[in-house]
Amino acid sequence: MKILVTVKEVATVEDEFEIEGTGIADQYLGADLNEWDDYAIEEAVQLQEAGVADEVVTVTIGPEECEQTIRQALAKGADRAVRIWDDSLEDVDLLDVGAKTEILSAVVEEEDPDLVLTGVQAGDDSFGATGVSVAENLGYQWGAVVNHLEHGFDDDAASVRRELEGGVEELTEIELPAVLTIQTGINEPRYASLRGIRQAQRKELDVKALADLGIDESAVDSQLELTDMYEPESESDVTTWEGSPEEAAGELAELLRDKGVAQ
Amino acid sequence: MTDILAVTDHRRGELRDVSYEIITAGRQLANETGGDLHLAVISGTVDEFAEKLNREGVDAIHTVDYGEEFNHDVYAQAITQLYDELAPQYVLAPNSVNGLDYAPAVATQLDLPIVTDTIALETDGETLIATREMYGGKVETTNELEGGAVATIRSAEWPQAEGTGDAAIEAFDADIDEDAIGSTVNGFEEVGGGDVDITEADVLVSVGRGIEEEDNLPLIEELADALGATVSSSRPIVDNGWLPKNRQVGQSGKVVTPDVYIAIGISGAVQHVAGMKGSDTIVAINTDPNAPIMDIADYAIVDDLFDVVPALTEAFQ
Ligand SMILES: Cc1cc2nc3c(=O)[nH]c(=O)nc-3n(C[C@H](O)[C@H](O)[C@H](O)COP(=O)(O)OP(=O)(O)OC[C@H]3O[C@@H](n4cnc5c(N)ncnc54)[C@H](O)[C@@H]3O)c2cc1C
Repeated sequence: MKILVTVKEVATVEDEFEIEGTGIADQYLGADLNEWDDYAIEEAVQLQEAGVADEVVTVTIGPEECEQTIRQALAKGADRAVRIWDDSLEDVDLLDVGAKTEILSAVVEEEDPDLVLTGVQAGDDSFGATGVSVAENLGYQWGAVVNHLEHGFDDDAASVRRELEGGVEELTEIELPAVLTIQTGINEPRYASLRGIRQAQRKELDVKALADLGIDESAVDSQLELTDMYEPESESDVTTWEGSPEEAAGELAELLRDKGVAQ
Repeated sequence: MTDILAVTDHRRGELRDVSYEIITAGRQLANETGGDLHLAVISGTVDEFAEKLNREGVDAIHTVDYGEEFNHDVYAQAITQLYDELAPQYVLAPNSVNGLDYAPAVATQLDLPIVTDTIALETDGETLIATREMYGGKVETTNELEGGAVATIRSAEWPQAEGTGDAAIEAFDADIDEDAIGSTVNGFEEVGGGDVDITEADVLVSVGRGIEEEDNLPLIEELADALGATVSSSRPIVDNGWLPKNRQVGQSGKVVTPDVYIAIGISGAVQHVAGMKGSDTIVAINTDPNAPIMDIADYAIVDDLFDVVPALTEAFQ
């Protein structure tokens, strides 16, 4: 079985930041492997270690700077990586679900995996929709918010648990080929070993432009236009205790005593 | 073409609250466009559901009597067929786990853009302006879409529709292609029973990723002991296996309503807040003055938990 894992480098924001136009000013931004994708990579690598998967390939839409993040996935055990980038993506404020679907679908078609694992959502734009959209676009089956996957695939079907709200899980059989969006907690993502990190440097990281995938530039025009970004207006009238940690803790202790806690 | 089609949500025989909220969201858009609000209720005891959903502002309710429980293929087929028949401008779905399991497929099939997890919507009939959050709630954005669209709405952002309506309730004879159903739901399981019931606690000391390591958890346990409180947590603590699942507060965990909820090193992501916003008094201990938890906290200490928590524990010993 071949598994394709979508890996995104997400933008992280410092505690204090400033907004410029429709984005956060660069100096307040960091980059990290998307939390949900980390669990997707781990699940794929575990399937490989269990002898279920023969090959694990990652796919990323992103500029050269994100290769460090891609190497993290390779260091954890993915076999090779594909990175898609193009000048036409350089100035895009927000790549919407439709645009991501076009790009990722082309890669899935080329790679022809049995299973595609994506994170439930990306920690920065949190659309939570791309995996299912790709599946529908390609005629793959799918399952959203999967927090358990049986590693024995009977009758070419994946046996999964979908995590619903309120501590309820749904038990579902999904025919392959399928896209599963992976929820945190499904496994325990490993840290990359030193050996893994060394090996990752030698693994294949293929860079492709849209034209290489037969995608017209216009296909990635977002239908969604980001028009404003601002800090949410706080509705609360929170009382913030100032002073040293001891002083603030003292104020809180007093409040708690007033409320009858610990008496 | 200015009508709205809103899809309702139910599970194990019960309509979920968001089904009444989506009526409010849909009615608001329909008022703005001068169109009608159509509801879809798919699978389960649809006639019973339709009666309950017949609240003020609903023009028509389309029932699709097929199967007991949610199946995304059935939903996707029924909704796209309803769309073809009704030609609405916008399709609204809940941003629930099930909504996210069919809405993107519906958008793709209908070749419409999708905007998820919206917290406000506005339209002039041509352009949809959707408000949503990014970076875990640190910022809000407005997003514009032209023409038709699929939008999913965050729960508890719109009030629940009330009153009694006079909607036309019509059975919709969806032509469900069984060969195209590629997944089968085999049942449900409740998780997270066990030692402690955090929903019963009067005081919760709740710990999040700010605690950094499992080895630091005793700090929180000592505080809970000193206060006679119970320890709960945000999701990452449970994901890491540091606390059992029955301690998780939030959308996929437990909904708690203690007298006092002390959120320590918890950012206040929407899925966490969904589980604790009903607490009487909320106290946040967090180094980030802009963390979303501050928006719902009554009291806050903006400082390092590794300094504040021991001092607080000491104050009670
Ligand atoms: C479908 C779905 C369902 C989910 N269900 C749930 C759920 O039920 N419950 C839930 O909790 N989450 C849930 N989540 C996850 C949720 O989106 C967040 O990822 C999670 O709540 C974040 O947990 P956190 O606040 O502990 O961590 P973070 O968001 O990482 O926040 C850590 C906080 O600690 C603060 N901090 C760091 N160091 C210190 C220090 N030394 N002193 C003081 N403060 C410090 C930081 O400023 C930050 O605010 C769900 C997500 C999805 C997609």
